Order: sequence, then structure tokens, then C-alpha cells
Amino acid sequence: MSAQMATPIASRGETVVRLSGVRKRYGGADVIRGVDLTIRSHEVVCLIGPSGSGKSTLLRCINLLAPIDAGLIELLGTEISRPGADVNAVRRRIGIVFQAFNLFPHMTVLKNITLAPIQVLHKSPADAEAEATELLRRFGLAEKRDEYPDRLSGGQQQRVAIVRALAMGPSLLLLDEVTSALDPELVGEVLAVIRSLAEQGMTMLIATHEMGFAREIANRVCFLDEGVILEEGPPEAIFSNPQQQRTQRFLQRIVDARRL
Amino acid sequence: MVPASTDRGQRRSRLFGGNGGVVASTTSTVLVVGLLAFLILFAPGSAEVRHTFFSLDDMHRALFGDPERGIFSVLGAIVLNIQMFLIAEVLILILALVIAVIRQLHAPALLPIRLLAIAYTDFFRGVPLILVIYAIGFGLPALNLNVVSTQDPVVYGVAALVLCYAAYVSEVYRAGIDSVHPSQAAAARSLGLSEWQALRFVVIPQAVRRVVPPLLNDFISLQKDTALVAVLGVIEANRAAGIYSSTVFNYSGYTVAALLFLILTVPLARFTDYLVARDRRQRHGEVAA
Repeated sequence: MSAQMATPIASRGETVVRLSGVRKRYGGADVIRGVDLTIRSHEVVCLIGPSGSGKSTLLRCINLLAPIDAGLIELLGTEISRPGADVNAVRRRIGIVFQAFNLFPHMTVLKNITLAPIQVLHKSPADAEAEATELLRRFGLAEKRDEYPDRLSGGQQQRVAIVRALAMGPSLLLLDEVTSALDPELVGEVLAVIRSLAEQGMTMLIATHEMGFAREIANRVCFLDEGVILEEGPPEAIFSNPQQQRTQRFLQRIVDARRL
Repeated sequence: MVPASTDRGQRRSRLFGGNGGVVASTTSTVLVVGLLAFLILFAPGSAEVRHTFFSLDDMHRALFGDPERGIFSVLGAIVLNIQMFLIAEVLILILALVIAVIRQLHAPALLPIRLLAIAYTDFFRGVPLILVIYAIGFGLPALNLNVVSTQDPVVYGVAALVLCYAAYVSEVYRAGIDSVHPSQAAAARSLGLSEWQALRFVVIPQAVRRVVPPLLNDFISLQKDTALVAVLGVIEANRAAGIYSSTVFNYSGYTVAALLFLILTVPLARFTDYLVARDRRQRHGEVAA
């Protein structure tokens, strides 16, 4: 746990990130149309919704990979969405894991993980490597330390990508459909990693199509539809008793596809 | 995994034009080579050409030189070509990468340098190399400046080669940088790396690996273009051969120079082919995995 706990993170219940009236246009289309969302420390929030509803875009807005057009994003009480904010400082605090892993193919697993701690946090290579090795060991990847990513299975690559984000000791972890590119039999090992992170109190915002997993792990589920959060609440409420018609229809389609 | 022997067999058969093509490929090769030999050997002026271009005696004298008669050794002179090539190559690799990176950075404050870099590549890709060699080799000395105007012609020649080739090579680098998927840079930036750090640690290493074959292709071309520096009076291989021919009125010295350039460039060309083939195999391997 050393890597995460080394960074002073917000105490339980404190607001980690707050979005207010966030809007984002992409190529003339309104992708995010006014999102308000508050995530508190140690909270796991799952973002569900149909493809194209803006889940990925919203995550990319939060860590400033996509600049927002209107609204406000605060990280630990500081506005980060205004132009001129130190984006690199923000991204140090907010980790993101992508659907397609995006590991660096020319670096070993270890180098993938230690690059940012060494270059951005200015850790000594020895410290960074020791922490990375410890994280890999915890997630059952110790023997993959010196392999190149193309020698790993998709599930292993995605776990390495998660470790790479954790090595920065983020206050918030964004997970963008992290199991969608995986063969079904490899999904479980990645979900197990996320589950153990949740147990350890990592604050997470998870965009996912794994409804069973969302139901199990989330403190709160947000149903995103056409760029707005249409419905929000504890998982039992959303999955068992959705209030909005569109939520009901979406969940019905998932049930029909035997994914819930 | 395909056994290596099968792989070799397939490659050989491709060279000969597929299975069962050995007879056809041998026949056509014999025909083409025979026709060329026939043309050279039985053309009306054959004896003249053989004497003027392929006189073994003259080739031997041009190769090793004849100091007493003021004849330069083409073999000795090509050492200068190799030196110019090696020095120019290192400088080109550095300058071209700097230009490619400048064109890739998006900071608004860097706009003037970016425009300068664009103007540089446009200019030096557009102007013939030989004109640049003339301009620098004769222009700079004429300025009568300290240091700048008092260099050896070889230095001006190398400078001209570097300026022209760096423009081309920077475009090769840039194509390589563009070929690295944007998600790689996004992943690097999402870890808090700056734009420059993402380029340096993530994008450029992958880009350079991909552009090695086209880079080597440009360097094959550079090797022989060192001969153009002769116009500044530098006695490199081409010039030495010219002196020989105008002294004894026999062009066999040029043939020697051509053969020496071939000895330099053909191995590099084959090495480039090898790298391209290896790259292709690796990428197919990745797809399979």
C-alpha cells in the first residue's frame, strides 16, 4: 500500500472532485450537456449508459485530456478547469486507465510503471523501482516485471496499466471501460484488481458496461444518457427500481443481452 | 510459430518468382544479361568503349594513383567521401530531429520558431543540392568574415550536405512521429508528463525505430552525393577520377570511382532491406499475438 498511502489523500467523506455544469462539444455535437457530479474520498462511483452517451468524454474532461467548454471542475477544492491551470500537476493527482491499455510497447513493464514517478515526481530510480516491484507483487505480476507488454495477455496488460496509474499515488482513479477490450475469460482478473482497490479505499470513477460488477462494487451509480446524468443513486435503487424510462429501457436491453 | 527453414524457403521462392519459377527466372536472367553483354561486346564502337571505360591497366593506375605523373589515387580520395559522409550523417541526424521536434510542439509561444522550421524545410527541399553547395562554398568565403569565410572547402561542402539532407530527414522523422498512435501521447500526458517529456520518452523512441529503413535509404543517397562537393575543387573520388581522365584521356578512372561507390552503398542497401523485412516480420508477429 506504500505507493498510494505515501500521498496524503483526502480523509473519508471529503470532496475529491466536483463537477458543476460541465459542457463539452466535439466536432459540432454536444457530447456533455451540463453534468453536475461530486465524488467524495473512498467513494466508488460507476458511470453507466449506452455507447456514445459521453462516459469516456466525461472521464477525459476530468483529467483535462479534453478541455471543457463550460462549467467548472474542482479537485480537492481547487478549480482545475480554468485555462492556464497546471495540467501536469492535475494529472499527477488523477490517474486514468484506458480501454486499450496504452502501455508503452518499447518499454518493459517495470519501465512503463517507473517512467512517470521518476520523471514527474522526481523519485530516485531505486525508490521508483522498489515501489513498482512491490505493486506488481501485490497484483500477482511480479514475474512479469522485465517483460515487454506484447508478451503479456490482455488481462495482464490492463493490470499493468492500473499499476502504472497507481504508482503515481493518485487521489482519484478514472477507469474507462477497462474490461471492454478483453476476452471474456480475462475480465475477472482485472475486476478482482479493481475490487481490491475499492476495499483499500481508493476513490474511483468507473465507466463500465459490467452491470453486475457495478452493482456489486459501486457506492453510487450514475446513468449517463445523451450527455446528462439522468438518474443517480445507490446501486440497488438504480438496478432494481429505476425511476426514469430511459434507464429502465437501457437496463432491459442489458438484461436481454444476458449481461446482468 | 512457423519453422525458420520454411520461412527461408518461402523467401527464396519469392525471389525466383514463386514455386516452379526457377526455370523461367533462370532463362530470363540469362537472356537479359546475355543481351546486355551482346550490345556492349558487339556494338560497332565496342572496342572503343571497352578501351575508354574498362581498360584494366588504366583502372589499376587510377585506383592507386601515380604521384610522379600528378595522378591522384581514387581509392585514397574516396576516404574523403567516407569522412564527409560520416560527419554529415551525425550532424544531419541531430539537426533533423531538432527540426522535427520543433514542428511537433504546439506551445503558442513557439510559433515563430515553428514557422522558421517550416520555411527551412520548404527551402532546402526545394533548392537543388548542387546550388546550395555553390552558394555556400563560394558565397561564404566571398563575405570576407573571420572564421566563417576561411574554412576548408570540405567544411562548406559538408555544411551544404547537412543543410539539404536535414530538411529531408526531418520530414522522415516527422512521418515517424505522426505514425505513433495519439493514444500513446495521451497515456503519457495522463501520467503527468509534459508535452516534451511525452515526445522524448514515449513518442520519439517509437518513431525512430519505425523510420530506420527510410533513414538508411536517405543515407545511401547521401553517400554518393558527397561526390558533388567536387565542384568546390575538393579532391574526392569523383574529382580524382576526373583528373585522371583529363590527364590521360581515358574514362576508366570514373568506372573505378563508380565501383568504389557501389562497394560502399550496396551493403547499406542490403542492410536496409534486411531491416525492412525484419520489421515486417515483427509486425506480423504482433498481429498474430
